[in-house]
Amino acid sequence: MSITTKAGAHALSLSGVSRNFGGIRAVADISFDVSHGKRLTIIGTNGAGKSTLFNLVTGVYQLSSGSISVFGQDVSKQPAHQRANLGIARTFQTSKLFQGLTVRENLYVSLRQAIGEKKISWLANPASADQLRIQSTLLLEKVDLMKKADILVSDISHGESRQLEVAMALAMRPKILMLDEPAAGISPTERVRLVEMLKSLEKEITLVLIEHDMAVALAVADEVIVMHDGTIFMQGSPDEVRESSAVRDLYLGSNHE
Amino acid sequence: MSDLSISGVEAGYGHVRVLHGVNLKVSDKPVALMGRNGMGKSTLAQAIMGMNPTTAGAITYGNLTLTGLSPTKIANAGIGYVPQGRRVFPSLSVDEHLRILEKRNGQWSAKKVYDLFPRLAERKKNGGAMLSGGEQQMLAIGRALMTNPSLLLMDEPSEGLAPAIVEHLAISLQNLVNEGQRILLIEQNLKFASTLCDEIVILSNGEIQATVSSKELRASAELQNKYLGVA
Repeated sequence: MSITTKAGAHALSLSGVSRNFGGIRAVADISFDVSHGKRLTIIGTNGAGKSTLFNLVTGVYQLSSGSISVFGQDVSKQPAHQRANLGIARTFQTSKLFQGLTVRENLYVSLRQAIGEKKISWLANPASADQLRIQSTLLLEKVDLMKKADILVSDISHGESRQLEVAMALAMRPKILMLDEPAAGISPTERVRLVEMLKSLEKEITLVLIEHDMAVALAVADEVIVMHDGTIFMQGSPDEVRESSAVRDLYLGSNHE
Repeated sequence: MSDLSISGVEAGYGHVRVLHGVNLKVSDKPVALMGRNGMGKSTLAQAIMGMNPTTAGAITYGNLTLTGLSPTKIANAGIGYVPQGRRVFPSLSVDEHLRILEKRNGQWSAKKVYDLFPRLAERKKNGGAMLSGGEQQMLAIGRALMTNPSLLLMDEPSEGLAPAIVEHLAISLQNLVNEGQRILLIEQNLKFASTLCDEIVILSNGEIQATVSSKELRASAELQNKYLGVA
């Protein structure tokens, strides 16, 4: 059930959402609600439609049918930038960063976007430049990238790009943060740090996470959706999903710990 | 069968040096290379494949010196590469990706790849651009196998794959190893790496820092923090 009134509206509400590509039904009749401040993890088989769902919510793809609302506002027909203005920030499964800028400069782009600066006035405004520097330093420390602040993005590793993407999404001061496999390509200990960081996110931020690493996916989730073939295979608490033999057979595999 | 020998290899980007004299040998036992982000793992893979020039040291495969050879020649020498980030062709179908590499008497066929990844068979006619991240990863692995490599060099093959598929991949690769397949694996998934490899080589700041038993590394949070940690 989706609630369309603004008062008490869900942060995110999907109703009968579908998307076809030619003959393929990548996402088929998906409905769910995410309450304000909740942490939802989406797991599922490869090709289940998880990233497509992200692209539908953020407006990268148009819906074939159904509707999506954000904080009670129907955004189904809105372009991506308008949805971003409502407070949705996301990362992509494959990095989309400015390769010719340094790590810190990439963050400046997001930070400036967040404060709505249209002109490059901060270059001539030392107070604003200081603010950007402080804000970017805080974010770089949050994702353990301080040492790489002045390195060109084309020269950092894949895992570091993933960390930077998370920082850029956070720099947008999102109300809804959507992360597509943030733990992919980063080392086991850095994953532990990622979990800590996600757990320490402000309570006001609604988090939607796609993740294959169960140590990350289940640790931060209030609720889990398991997708398969474009549909919701199961929806439940992390414990329910962990204990489901159907999910084990379909997705986790027999030796999963 | 040829050994891959890496000795004193230095490489980098522009004037930034990433590898500071790496020594590593891969013979019949599969080797996993792990380490924190940005330590030079992928740079080493690119140096082996001739995609990033070395500035010192030598890489040989059997009697053949790879340093200075083109990526094509290195692939033809029997090294199959699964690059990080997949790099599949957007406009070629899954089947086309595999068929263009099929050799009449080769050990690998498109059918064998479909047996390994049934999901790819379901997506046979779809173009690379239509595949999900995990499906692209399967295709990148299948494509490397289609070259019938004597050494398989994989840069984070488990990335983006569902846990059950990773488990299936580990078992399949283990079977290949038992048949004599040589493997150099770069991984961040410790469970996967330790299923396949008894020893794990740690790369840190462009140098080999240690070689540790995968069992010990998996059992010890302290060792993981030391070798794979952030600090």
